[in-house]
Amino acid sequence: MEYVIEMLDIRKEFGGFVANDDITLQLRPQEIHALLGENGAGKSTLMSVLFGLYSPDGGEIRVRGEKVNITNPNLANELGIGMVHQHFKLIHNFTVTENIILGMEKTKKGQIDLKSAAQEIAALSEKYNLNVDPNAKIEDISVGMQQRVEILKMLYRHAEILIFDEPTAVLTPQEIEELMQIMKRLVAEGKSIILITHKLAEIKEVADRCTVIRRGKYIDTVNVGEVNENELAALMVGREVSFVVDKGPATPGADVLKIEHLTVKDSRGLKVVNDLKLSVREGEILGIAGIDGNGQEELVEAIAGLRKIESGKIELLGTDLTKMPIRKRTQTGIGHIPADRHKHGLVLDFLLSENMVLQNYYEAPYSKTGILNQKAITDYSERLTAEFDVRSAHGIKSSARSMSGGNQQKAIIAREVDRSPKFLIASQPTRGLDVGAIEFIHSKLIEERDKNRAVLLISFELDEVLNVSDRIAVICEGKIVAVLDADKTNEKELGYLMAGGKYEGGMTHE
Amino acid sequence: MNKKLANFNWRKILIPIFSIISAFIIGAIIIAASGKNPLDAFSALFSGIFGNTYYIGEWLFRSVPIILTGLAVAFAFRTGLFNIGAPGQLAMGGLTAVVIGIFVQLPWFFHMPLMIIGGGLAGFLWGLIPGILKARYRVHEVVVSIMLNYTALYFVNYAILKFIPNPTNPAQSAAMQPSATLNVPGITELVAAIFPNSRLNFGFLIAIAACIIFAFIINKTSFGYELRAVGLNPSAAEYAGMKVNRNIALSMAIAGAFAGIAGAIYMTSLGKIDVEQGLTGYYLLGFDGIAVALLGNSTGVGVFLSALLLGGLKAGAASMQAFAQVPAEIVEIMSSLILLFVASGYFFERILDKRAIKKLHKIRQQKVEVSE
Ligand SMILES: Nc1ncnc2c1ncn2[C@@H]1O[C@H](COP(=O)(O)OP(=O)(O)O)[C@@H](O)[C@H]1O
Ligand SMILES: [Mg+2]
Repeated sequence: MEYVIEMLDIRKEFGGFVANDDITLQLRPQEIHALLGENGAGKSTLMSVLFGLYSPDGGEIRVRGEKVNITNPNLANELGIGMVHQHFKLIHNFTVTENIILGMEKTKKGQIDLKSAAQEIAALSEKYNLNVDPNAKIEDISVGMQQRVEILKMLYRHAEILIFDEPTAVLTPQEIEELMQIMKRLVAEGKSIILITHKLAEIKEVADRCTVIRRGKYIDTVNVGEVNENELAALMVGREVSFVVDKGPATPGADVLKIEHLTVKDSRGLKVVNDLKLSVREGEILGIAGIDGNGQEELVEAIAGLRKIESGKIELLGTDLTKMPIRKRTQTGIGHIPADRHKHGLVLDFLLSENMVLQNYYEAPYSKTGILNQKAITDYSERLTAEFDVRSAHGIKSSARSMSGGNQQKAIIAREVDRSPKFLIASQPTRGLDVGAIEFIHSKLIEERDKNRAVLLISFELDEVLNVSDRIAVICEGKIVAVLDADKTNEKELGYLMAGGKYEGGMTHE
Repeated sequence: MNKKLANFNWRKILIPIFSIISAFIIGAIIIAASGKNPLDAFSALFSGIFGNTYYIGEWLFRSVPIILTGLAVAFAFRTGLFNIGAPGQLAMGGLTAVVIGIFVQLPWFFHMPLMIIGGGLAGFLWGLIPGILKARYRVHEVVVSIMLNYTALYFVNYAILKFIPNPTNPAQSAAMQPSATLNVPGITELVAAIFPNSRLNFGFLIAIAACIIFAFIINKTSFGYELRAVGLNPSAAEYAGMKVNRNIALSMAIAGAFAGIAGAIYMTSLGKIDVEQGLTGYYLLGFDGIAVALLGNSTGVGVFLSALLLGGLKAGAASMQAFAQVPAEIVEIMSSLILLFVASGYFFERILDKRAIKKLHKIRQQKVEVSE
């Protein structure tokens, strides 16, 4: 048998919309096989078919040469197929061990045998260098660690074929590097891996072969060693992609947002934004560079009104925002593309059209005297989805949950940008998106800037901060430690500043 | 077959239907085990529901309060809250209506609306208490509502004895004014002609109107949009500038108003409040609302249909007992089973899966040679 998994001519339709159009993917034993495609290309759908979440409308699946009919995830588990989903499925107030054994608890005298399970998990963790504490609670460990718990969950179930759905989208660069090592280790120990990712560099680093799909169609399977990143990008998008952000010089004007002496506490009560000072001018993109957890998130929440301000002042066009309710801020001119699109950006169980009016459902023409105007909502959503190329299976009547991440993000951006806010917050706007979508979103941000609006960009990707911003503010331990012109600095200098270098004030922890 | 999507709407309907059928099957087994013929029992049950126009009228009459308590639970569900306080809200609404019915003198066309509105308002306020405690202090609405249920039920008993005693019967309240009825000239005669002798009255139309209002608020208004957003994702609702806490409090209060109206109609139909019937009676009506809301998937139409189903079972139970000598309690068992099955709908899927798992197990064992 040459292949552990063969998906042959797989077809999957969602009520007439073809998400997978006769796609073939063959996985060799002990290979890392990348599955590459734009957001909404149908990658998650294809893997859901393999994992038994969807039953295919055509084609066949062979596992170890044998034709199988995987109608639900339990069968997939039985066949040794495990999956780390794009969004983790963990119970937050359970421990690592409890989460892992959930559904297959071993009992001793009628009681769950947590102790031996924990030992087994510790042993697995050791074997694959995962460094996971079996007794830690999920809510206390980082996202990267949670992902490892998901990996352990598969290993504990003796999975041989591991599917990773965009595993690096939620990780920091350091964690990504470690994950790559873990995957290599897994393969060395006999596992076979399907890796979904948009990040071409990652494919180059770990994958042996790569299958490319585009808009539901199979394009090609290539040996990764024989192609470069540009060729991969072109295969994926169907045209040449420019990796350089194309923008003219900024013509900044007066201050739009002014922050002075801002102090904000995080959920644990620690001062994570500490006496921060910052201003953003019209007609510029100000990027914030910083290592995750240095107060970026809380800063954004304080500006948007989602978090209480301890002291200090935020002014938008001369109006004091400090005590203003959220709705009022929105009306004063803030657009907010939130970092967590599932938590804040969308009501996942609403239709796309309902999500499109999330910020203005109460105003004419979308409501009149408290009654929703369906026609106005429909027309507006149709226009926005067309303008921003938001793709979904059933148009504006798709539930937001069924849409791919990139299209969810485009929908949020359409909603926030179309209101023409004078000040736009873009928090991790391209996290988890493919190069085509990233290019599109960057061009939208620059378009806003060129309409003389102020844009605040927060991103953990230094590349993005450097390429898109006009000025860069470096945040470290809740303070802005430097503000630099984007074209006069580089990754090295930023990295140094982000880590607290050069800054000579007291770097004491609160 | 295209499973997830094609089944999406199907599942919502299939699970209740499946549950109802299963409940009947198990009910039949229990009846058979007790030595009676299930077919006789069910035929007595059904003829007790729509055997003649009197039965039909009684069936609809009995469904009225559970339609309304169903709405009371469903409304809160849509906002992500669990309104287990319908019994208390119903009791307070009923008491208020009876007090208005006893002490206020008005022509019927003012008196009846006043009692209904008064009952709704009392339920509204009684629901507002857990609503505010939840919104302000994050106290769980279930805990508060359960305590308020007892408070309301004992308060009602106390109030009957203390303020509106019946001189001839200590277990009942005083009688209401003749104008305090749900008789509407024209409609009452019409109902009497179609459903002779049954107690069906104008309350049924109020319940239908309540279902329509429910669906309208939830689906067509910007307020309903907010309520749904808060229920489905409070963080996103907050992000969009909605007043999450205000919506939580209001949602419990409006839910309470539906239950309060249920109480007003129920007591007004009976013409008085009964101390003895108190506790268990209100509890059953309130908790049936939970079953109805679950079974009806918290939609206006769904609640209406499920309430008719449950109301039917209750209405037919007496006939079953009388004509087939099968205890009426079997109906309670069956309605509980329906609820249990709906709540654990996925259980059915699991059973189907088990067999397939075994078959695939051996493929798993096969070795793959590494070819390189
Ligand atoms: N359950 C579903 N119902 C309807 N449409 C869906 C569903 N799941 C995915 N889709 C649609 O199928 C397409 C492919 O989605 P997906 O497989 O998630 O893409 P990706 O390649 O980004 O993982 C998208 O346009 C998405 O909107
Ligand atoms: Mg995906």
